[in-house]
Amino acid sequence: MQETRNSINNIWGERTPYRGKWPVRVDQRVCEEPDKWVQSACVLCSNGCGIDIGVKDGKMVGVRGRKEDVVNFGRLGPKGLHGWVANNSKDRLTKPLIRKNGKLEEASWDEAMELIVKKSKEIIEKQTSLGIGFYTSGQLFLEEYYTLGVLGKAGLGTPHMDGNTRLCTATAAAALKISFGSDGQPGSYSDLDTTDCILHFGHNIASQQTVLWMRILDRLAGPNPPKIIVIDPRKTFTAEKATVHLAPKPGTNVPVMNGLLNLIIEAGHINKEYINAHTVGFEDLKKIVSKWPPERVEEVTGVPASKLREAAHILGTTKSLVSSVLQGVYQSMQATAAAVQINNLHLIRGLIGIEGSGIYQMNGQPTSQNTRECGADGDLPGFRNWGNKEHVQQLADLWNVELDKIPHWSPPTHAMQIWRFAETGSIKMLWISGTNPAVSMPELSRVRKILQKEDLFVIAQDAFHTETTRYADVVLPAAIWGEKTGCYTNVGRTVHISHKAIEPPGEAKSDLDIFIDYSRRMGFKDKDGTGLIKWNTAEEAFEAWKECTRGRPCDYTGMSYAKLTGGAGIQWPCNEKYPDGTPHIYTDGVFNTASDYCEAYGHDFDTGAAVTEEEYKAIDPKGKAFLKGADYVPPHEVPDEEYPLWLTTGRLVYHFHTRTKTGRSKDLQDAAPDGYVQISEQDATKYGIAEGDMLEVTSRRGKVVEPAKIGGIEPGTVFIPFHYGSWDNDDRPRAANELTITEWDAVSKQPHFKYAAVKINKTNGFLHKVSDVFDTIKDKFKQEEA
Amino acid sequence: MHIGKYIDLVHRTEEDLVKAFKLVANAHGDEVDVYQTCMLLSSWSQKLADEIEVFAKKYKEERDEEPDRLTQTLLKKTRKGGMALLRDLHDLYLIVSEVEVCCTILKQGATGLRDKELVASCEEVERQTKRQLSWLTTRMKSAAPQTLIVAE
Ligand code: SF4
Repeated sequence: MQETRNSINNIWGERTPYRGKWPVRVDQRVCEEPDKWVQSACVLCSNGCGIDIGVKDGKMVGVRGRKEDVVNFGRLGPKGLHGWVANNSKDRLTKPLIRKNGKLEEASWDEAMELIVKKSKEIIEKQTSLGIGFYTSGQLFLEEYYTLGVLGKAGLGTPHMDGNTRLCTATAAAALKISFGSDGQPGSYSDLDTTDCILHFGHNIASQQTVLWMRILDRLAGPNPPKIIVIDPRKTFTAEKATVHLAPKPGTNVPVMNGLLNLIIEAGHINKEYINAHTVGFEDLKKIVSKWPPERVEEVTGVPASKLREAAHILGTTKSLVSSVLQGVYQSMQATAAAVQINNLHLIRGLIGIEGSGIYQMNGQPTSQNTRECGADGDLPGFRNWGNKEHVQQLADLWNVELDKIPHWSPPTHAMQIWRFAETGSIKMLWISGTNPAVSMPELSRVRKILQKEDLFVIAQDAFHTETTRYADVVLPAAIWGEKTGCYTNVGRTVHISHKAIEPPGEAKSDLDIFIDYSRRMGFKDKDGTGLIKWNTAEEAFEAWKECTRGRPCDYTGMSYAKLTGGAGIQWPCNEKYPDGTPHIYTDGVFNTASDYCEAYGHDFDTGAAVTEEEYKAIDPKGKAFLKGADYVPPHEVPDEEYPLWLTTGRLVYHFHTRTKTGRSKDLQDAAPDGYVQISEQDATKYGIAEGDMLEVTSRRGKVVEPAKIGGIEPGTVFIPFHYGSWDNDDRPRAANELTITEWDAVSKQPHFKYAAVKINKTNGFLHKVSDVFDTIKDKFKQEEA
Repeated sequence: MHIGKYIDLVHRTEEDLVKAFKLVANAHGDEVDVYQTCMLLSSWSQKLADEIEVFAKKYKEERDEEPDRLTQTLLKKTRKGGMALLRDLHDLYLIVSEVEVCCTILKQGATGLRDKELVASCEEVERQTKRQLSWLTTRMKSAAPQTLIVAE
């Protein structure tokens, strides 16, 4: 194996300090010299680093970062450098499987698809298409999501379609819609090149988007380093580099933000002109946050008043600011309300739509932006508003179907509700593509029960056997990244093309081909009786998608496969007006809130109640952004005598999702072989726990057994990484989601993974390997500095 | 003066709502969002009831002797299942609407009396009542198609 750097030991690599621009550094790792390089982008997090796939004799033999790409300028992180080996795994699914007499048996594509079609028709006959639901992913390609969106909405006409993106980025979309009228990140990664201050809110960027963190580390190593503020209950890698680190108790994000906003407003550090010209709601916001003086914030959140003041002073006086928000906010109490406070911060300071200032309501998964754009989650394609008849009519015209074919009579069904309908028996068929709910959903005992229901027909479409395929009635083998062509969009609106580099194994097919095949076999037609899905290839699907985006915020009409091939990714909107794409949106302070353009009419933060069309029209902000405040609502479950500790869950740098791919890279797996429970020194002493002791962690919903990892976390809180299920280790229950709660944010419907009350007990076991398992600890830094 | 009657009516209906929201929350505890939101809305009604109670004392000479018209017949006992959920939310909607109407009438009287504090309280009741109705509508809308068309 040849590699330019060891990314396992040194996650972020050598510093390449800024010299005006971010210097190029090409990271490469190959096992043999490739005979060709094929252009692509990494699909192991939302950063979307440009990557070339090395191919020799039709086999993937390595990767290198694309030096011309604006996202990474050649760099790759550990997952990017190592994840590709999963494609070559011996245990790929290569043939369709059908459950017969309780066992999954190999079948032909014809048999499998005909069975699915037969089932679908039976269900439609009895239950209408409301008996069918789809649960997709944040890892398919744009062309696949759009095809799925069209066949679901205009073919079947079911509102029951969502993705596991509900678990990771639904709040990002919700927060952007609430403040700015539609999804779409205001800023650009290039803002990091010049910004004076960076705020990470519930976002452990150093572990999550390692290459983006390299960009920040290189700023810190160069002239004029930015100040860094981190809000996170754990002492993460990111927090280690913070100028100010605020560590609030779980579930208290809103009070922290209210406290910061209050101090900034009180000190007069606001841009009155901008507020007057471009926003509505300032007085109401001011009234709400004024109830949060620093002392009260300290009482509720545990963040010392002096630290809050220090952070507020920096945030109030910085000339430019980049903020990022992620799961620490999105998967916690008052998710949308808290995320929106970051938008408010930028709006009241007028730090938006200009170079050096941007907001990242981050995405977790690589292609989740497209799940949202294409209507494969609960939204309508092209950021259209399901409450706006005109918007629905646009789609009906585009697809040449009757308006009423498209479900728009009530909000599209969110994932948690889809699973609930399956539980109560009104959804009879659940088609799962590219995801593993048996490990990633909250309260796994419940999820398993649903998947095992006699009257639920489960289809699982994946590249590997997972904890979920165990319960499937039909398993469809899917081609993955590198084995098919398509596009996807990173969190910065940057669209990349990924060309097919190698053939899929055995009979595996792309998700696109599977969806098109289903649509044809079902006989979905348009008004004129011609086939509904009018495309056969990815490029044709992309062209169809472009038409769907015309005139919408995510306008792709200026792009093409040819234009995306060769250089760097392109940021939407890209159209006649902006042929090369757009680094910043909202540069004129005009937002997407006009009533005939907006993607949503808004929601009540506390209840999720939808604002109606008439109500919205009465207050039509016509392009001004909303400033919306929220008061504190305590978490529904808090530690008590029986369950005295907070549990919070999260990711590790070496793994993605439920490790279906990263767990098959030996190097990544060896770097983080197992789950653990992280506990503070104080609590360890209190319970008499030594590093490596096996602990039983129990909540009201389930139990896991994990080795103890001591330090790097506030007393009273424990942390368990969410990647580990049972496909490669069935010895003990260890999936963090055995413990988590079934409940969700009222607005974004994203589940609350970040808090649950638990208790711990010592067992007699001990795991030596735990010392290899670290994510937040100091020794890692010593190693890096040495 | 009959204003006490309407103060009493609002007060009692809010108190009924405190119980009614809890009743529905517990009957449909498996619908997690229904449980949590109903508990939250119950706490809002409690706050409103407490706020109005002050005025019930101030204008105490006349109480409303009529029996509760709505809670007598609605939500006698809650039911389980999808259809029952829809009916229970529907019943809650009717009771909250009762508060809304009472409050419109009461606010007229309060304005005529130039009782600024009572007017302010009426406005608070109106504001929160609107939010309660709005959630009930949203939730009923999302449950209706599945319940009316598919659920057994
Ligand atoms: S930062 Fe994300 S996109 Fe880039 S190489 Fe790492 S996992 Fe892949």
